[in-house]
Amino acid sequence: MSEQVSGNAQVEDLMRKDYAAGFHSAIESDTLPPGLDEDTVRFISAQKEEPEWMLAWRLKAYRAWREMAEPTWAHVHYPEIDFSSISYYSSPKSMKDRPKSLDEVDPELIATYEKLGIPLHEQEALAGVAVDAVFDSVSVVTTFREKLYEAGVIFCPISEAVHKHPELVKKYLGSVVPQKDNFYAALNSAVFSDGSFVYIPKGVRCPMELSTYFRINELNTGQFERTLIIAEEGSHVSYLEGCTAPMRDENQLHAAVVELVALDDATIKYSTVQNWYPGDKNGKGGIYNFVTKRGIAHKNARISWTQVETGSAVTWKYPSCILKGDNSVGEFYSVALTNNFQQADTGTKMIHLGKNTRSTIIAKGISAGRSNSAYRGLVRMNPGAEGARNFTQCDSLLIGDQCGAHTFPYIENRNASAVIEHEATTSKVSDDQMFLCQQRGLDAEKAVSMIVNGFCREVFKELPMEFAVEAGKLLEVSLEGSVG
Amino acid sequence: MLQINKLNAQVEDKQILHDLSLNIKAGEVHAIMGPNGSGKSTLGNVLTGRDGYDVLSGDITFNGKNLLEMGIEERAREGMFLAFQYPVEIPGVSNMEFLKAAVDARRKHQGLEELSSFDFMKLARDTSKQVSLDPSFLKRGVNEGFSGGEKKRNEIMQMMLLEPSLCILDETDSGLDIDALQVVASGVNAMRSSDRSFIVVTHYQRLLDFIVPDYVHVLAGGKIVKSGDKELAKELEAKGYGWLESEVA
Repeated sequence: MSEQVSGNAQVEDLMRKDYAAGFHSAIESDTLPPGLDEDTVRFISAQKEEPEWMLAWRLKAYRAWREMAEPTWAHVHYPEIDFSSISYYSSPKSMKDRPKSLDEVDPELIATYEKLGIPLHEQEALAGVAVDAVFDSVSVVTTFREKLYEAGVIFCPISEAVHKHPELVKKYLGSVVPQKDNFYAALNSAVFSDGSFVYIPKGVRCPMELSTYFRINELNTGQFERTLIIAEEGSHVSYLEGCTAPMRDENQLHAAVVELVALDDATIKYSTVQNWYPGDKNGKGGIYNFVTKRGIAHKNARISWTQVETGSAVTWKYPSCILKGDNSVGEFYSVALTNNFQQADTGTKMIHLGKNTRSTIIAKGISAGRSNSAYRGLVRMNPGAEGARNFTQCDSLLIGDQCGAHTFPYIENRNASAVIEHEATTSKVSDDQMFLCQQRGLDAEKAVSMIVNGFCREVFKELPMEFAVEAGKLLEVSLEGSVG
Repeated sequence: MLQINKLNAQVEDKQILHDLSLNIKAGEVHAIMGPNGSGKSTLGNVLTGRDGYDVLSGDITFNGKNLLEMGIEERAREGMFLAFQYPVEIPGVSNMEFLKAAVDARRKHQGLEELSSFDFMKLARDTSKQVSLDPSFLKRGVNEGFSGGEKKRNEIMQMMLLEPSLCILDETDSGLDIDALQVVASGVNAMRSSDRSFIVVTHYQRLLDFIVPDYVHVLAGGKIVKSGDKELAKELEAKGYGWLESEVA
C-alpha cells in the first residue's frame, strides 16, 4: 500500500513520457558489418577466445539453421526479415580490457544504467539483488559475485562459464533447447553473444534474487543472449530478467534462448519483466522478440515462469516446462499487454511425462489500441503421466473496440487418469466501471490502469515484491493513450 | 449549493428531462419521487456528467461554478457524489486501494495533503464499522462478490470517506431489507449537516421514514409536477402517482 501510494507522483511523471527508456548512449563500439555466414560465427567465437568444442557446437547450429525456415504459424504479421542485413556482434569498445570493478566502467555506461533506473552503485547496496548487466552483447559487470561464491553459487556471463566451467556448459548447453529445436533457437545457438550462467549446488538455497538487465543499444544489432540455469538436487533459486531497448525507427531482432534444468527436488523461479521498445503509435519500429524458453523438471522439482510482457512490436514466446520426473510441478503466470499496433503470440507448453505431475497456467492478455494479443498453449499428457493434472485459466481483457484477443489452446491427452481443466473468459473494461472510478474522482488513465492492475492481480502476486510494484507501474505507462 | 435552471436533457436522442428547475441550498435534503420512467435516475446521471447523457439547454451551477463545463472527475472532486442503484464490481482492485485513490484525488483537489496509509487505514476501518461492514471487506475487490445489501453499504462507506458536499442517492433503497435500509439511513443521517445537501431519489415513501426530507418533488414526464414537504410523500404513498399525472394533463 505505501509503495503504491508513494509511487503515484513518479507514475504520473512517467505517463507524460513517450518511451522512458528511449535514449541512445554515444558509446563507441566494435560492431561487425551486417551479414551472416560461417565466418561470422568464427569471428564471434574468436572474439570470445572460445575453445574448439564451442566453435564446433556453434557451427553445427549454423549449418542446421541454414536448412530451416522461419515459422509462420503464429498469429502475427510482419515484413520478411532480411537476416543478411543484421549485424550479429556489437561490443562496447571500452570493454576490450575488462573492468575489474565499477570504477573502471565507462562513466557513460553507468549513466545509461542510471537513466534506466538500475544504478549499480545503489544496486550493490540494495539487499538481495545481484545484477549481471548485459549491454548489447558483453556482460559488463557482475555484482555480488563474492557473496554468491561463498554459497557456492556460480553467477557469471555465459562466455566466462565456457572458459571456467566447460564441463557444466558442455553437459547442459542445448540439453533442454537443442540447436535444431526451431529456427530462432538455431540462429541463437550459432551466434549467441552472451548471457547469464547460473549454477546452484546441491541443497543450496541461493541467498539472493538473481537479476539481469538486458538492453539492445546499437543500431541494427540483433541481440542473441543465451541463459543457462542449473539447479542441483534440492537447491532453490529465483531469477529475474528485465529488458528495455532504445527507440529506433528500424525493427530490431531479439532472439534469446533460456534453458532451465531443475534436478530432483530443486526449485527454479524465473520472472521476466519485458519492456522492449514496442514501436511508435503508428506501428513504426520496435523489437521483434522471438524467444525460446524452456525448463526441464526432474523428480519432485518445480519450475515456475512468471512473465509481464508489455514491450516489443512482435512477440513470439512460449516459456515451457517438461515435467519429466514424477511429482514435478510446472507453473506459468503471464500478463501480456499490447497497445497501438503491437502483436503478441505468447503462452506456454506443459509436457507431462512423469507420474502425478502437476501444472498450472494463469494467462492474462490485455489488448488496447489496434493491437492483437494471442494466447497459445499446449498441455500434453504422455502415456506415462499417471494421475497428472493441469489447470489452465486464460482471461482476456479488451480496451476499446479496435483490438483483438485470441486463444489457441491445444490439449493432447494420452493418459486416461490425467485431469485437464481449462477456463477462459473475455471481458471489456466496461463503461460502468470507468464511470464508477471517475465519479469517485479518478481520472480516466488512472481508472484504466487500476482496472487492468486488478485484472492482473493473480499474476503480480507471483512476482518478487519489488518487481510487482514495478510491473504495475509499467502497465500504467504502457496503457498511455489507450483511453479518451 | 446547486441551482438547476430550465434543464433539457436527452439520452440516446430521446429527450427525458424538460425544463427542469430545482434549487437546493446547503444543508437541505430533497427527495425526488416519481413513477418508473419519469427521469429520476437520468437527473443523477446528468448531474454527474455520465457519457451518453446530453444536456440540450439550460444551466446548472454547483458551488458557484458552471457545472456543465466540468468533466466527470472534476465534478466528483468538487464534492458531488452519486450512490449507485447498481454498483459495479471491479475484480482484483481492493476496496482499500480504490478508496485511498478516491480520497487522495478529492484531498488533492482541496489543497490538502494525502493521508498516510496508516491514517487512512484507521479511518477506513472505523467507517466500515459505522455501516456494519466487516473491515475484511476493505481487502476484497471493489463490490466483488458482495450481496446487494453489502454493495449499498459499501456505497455509503465511500460517501462517508469522501465527505461530499452534495450526495445523490439513486434508489439506494431498492432491493434492501429493512435492516439494511436502517443501516443506510443512519449512515446518511449521521452525515447530515448545515454545509451538506442531499438528493434522495426513490420510488417508495418507505426510505423517507428514515431519511426525513425537507422537500419532496414529484417528477413525471421529465418535469417537476409538484413540490411539497414530507407530507407529500405520504400522500403519494396513499394515492399513488396516477392522480398527479391526470392533474398535470
